[in-house]
Amino acid sequence: MATKSLKARNNDIANTERQLEILSNGIFANRELPTFATKIKETNQFPLRPKKLEILQINLGYMCNQVCDHCHVDAGPDRNEIMTIETMNHCLEVIKKTGAQTLDLTGGAPEMNPNFRWFVEEASKTGIKDFIVRSNLTIIKANKKYHDLPDFFKKHGVHVVSSLPHYTKGKTDKQRGNGVFDKSIEALKSLNKVGYGMPNSDLRLDLVYNPSGAFLPGNQQALEQDFKKALKADFDINFHNLFAITNLPISRFLDYLIASENYDDYMTTLVDAYNPVAVQNVMCTNTISVSWDGFLYDCDFNQMLNLKVASKVQHISDYHEELLQNRNIVINQHCFGCTAGAGSSCQGVVA
Amino acid sequence: MSKNYYDAADLRKFGKITEWNEELGAKFFDYYGKVFEEGSLTAREKSLIALAVAHTEQCPYCIDAYTKDGLQKGITKEEMMEAVHVGAAIKSGATLVHGVQMMNIVNKLDS
Repeated sequence: MATKSLKARNNDIANTERQLEILSNGIFANRELPTFATKIKETNQFPLRPKKLEILQINLGYMCNQVCDHCHVDAGPDRNEIMTIETMNHCLEVIKKTGAQTLDLTGGAPEMNPNFRWFVEEASKTGIKDFIVRSNLTIIKANKKYHDLPDFFKKHGVHVVSSLPHYTKGKTDKQRGNGVFDKSIEALKSLNKVGYGMPNSDLRLDLVYNPSGAFLPGNQQALEQDFKKALKADFDINFHNLFAITNLPISRFLDYLIASENYDDYMTTLVDAYNPVAVQNVMCTNTISVSWDGFLYDCDFNQMLNLKVASKVQHISDYHEELLQNRNIVINQHCFGCTAGAGSSCQGVVA
Repeated sequence: MSKNYYDAADLRKFGKITEWNEELGAKFFDYYGKVFEEGSLTAREKSLIALAVAHTEQCPYCIDAYTKDGLQKGITKEEMMEAVHVGAAIKSGATLVHGVQMMNIVNKLDS
């Protein structure tokens, strides 16, 4: 288990251009597999265009208390890219006037941004309908100063979405680090205690599942049932929904795929499972992703590949929703990750 | 012609058997799909049965397919190994129970 980000290790894959090179060469260059553009052209879905904007996803920084094996952000304690107050203020202006119904804060561990609480307080005043914070759970137990986060979330009506790769200790710790499972269980108990995730509670607590290796997620509903049954029986834990998310071949997961010689087979699996119905609902069609330094992207994955929106407006300080909506979405072979099987998004399956 | 009897890449081509007999191939895959749907048994239970049988049949394609299927369904490696032992126990039991036949013959012939 690594304790440093790829960036801190000076790993080749930390370079986004290198990642794009890998994704365009090999089995795609020799035409063993069709490119994503070719595939969506077959069903007249090229170029991919936005629909109504529903989600504004803001990345508050790449700093994290964990160094998970497959992190697409390459997050970790050594990453110091953190959103400033100035950029947060630009974001707040946008949140006030956006047509989007959902605000989705992510990271890294967004709670580690020193201005996180101020930002949540300000954003919650704007009357946004669904206010999500993506919490990795362990942060709540990482330090005393985070222990009251469940109450803080509750006070501001935050919808908590948390990663838990498996309901067994072995599989979770292998992916996210030793001790992560026990801490996550403690954090879930704290959230339940203030009302999060309880049956009929308005305090939403959803979990995110992603596979622990080079395979696709199974049926989301079946996995949710298994998680609910096991977490209830073993720890008396409640939660609302489970989102099954496919691992995309970028950053640390790409590094893992190549190092374990799974890259070609995994890409073949994604392409074989291509589902044109999922293309209709991929999240880039209803989301704008904002990076820690205020740049705009079609999704969090494009952000990590440094593929900015194909628009005159590329920064939150110049935000213009109408102009932005009139753009072509930037695609590459990693997009096969969102269109495999039942599809995948930050809200789980899409088809 | 491949130098090996088995090639992992052939699993992806399984669907092609329909090309040489559309009717029977389609009927088979339709049946196959239905068998593995959620029923009185869960899809998860069926996947574990398939994994055990894949081993007793010693079919490398099936082992590949149902190990991956198990991972996708969140089945743990401990559960998978137990399923393989169930298959192995039946296999060895099936061998050993024939020992009774041997005993019967010895008892009849050897005074």
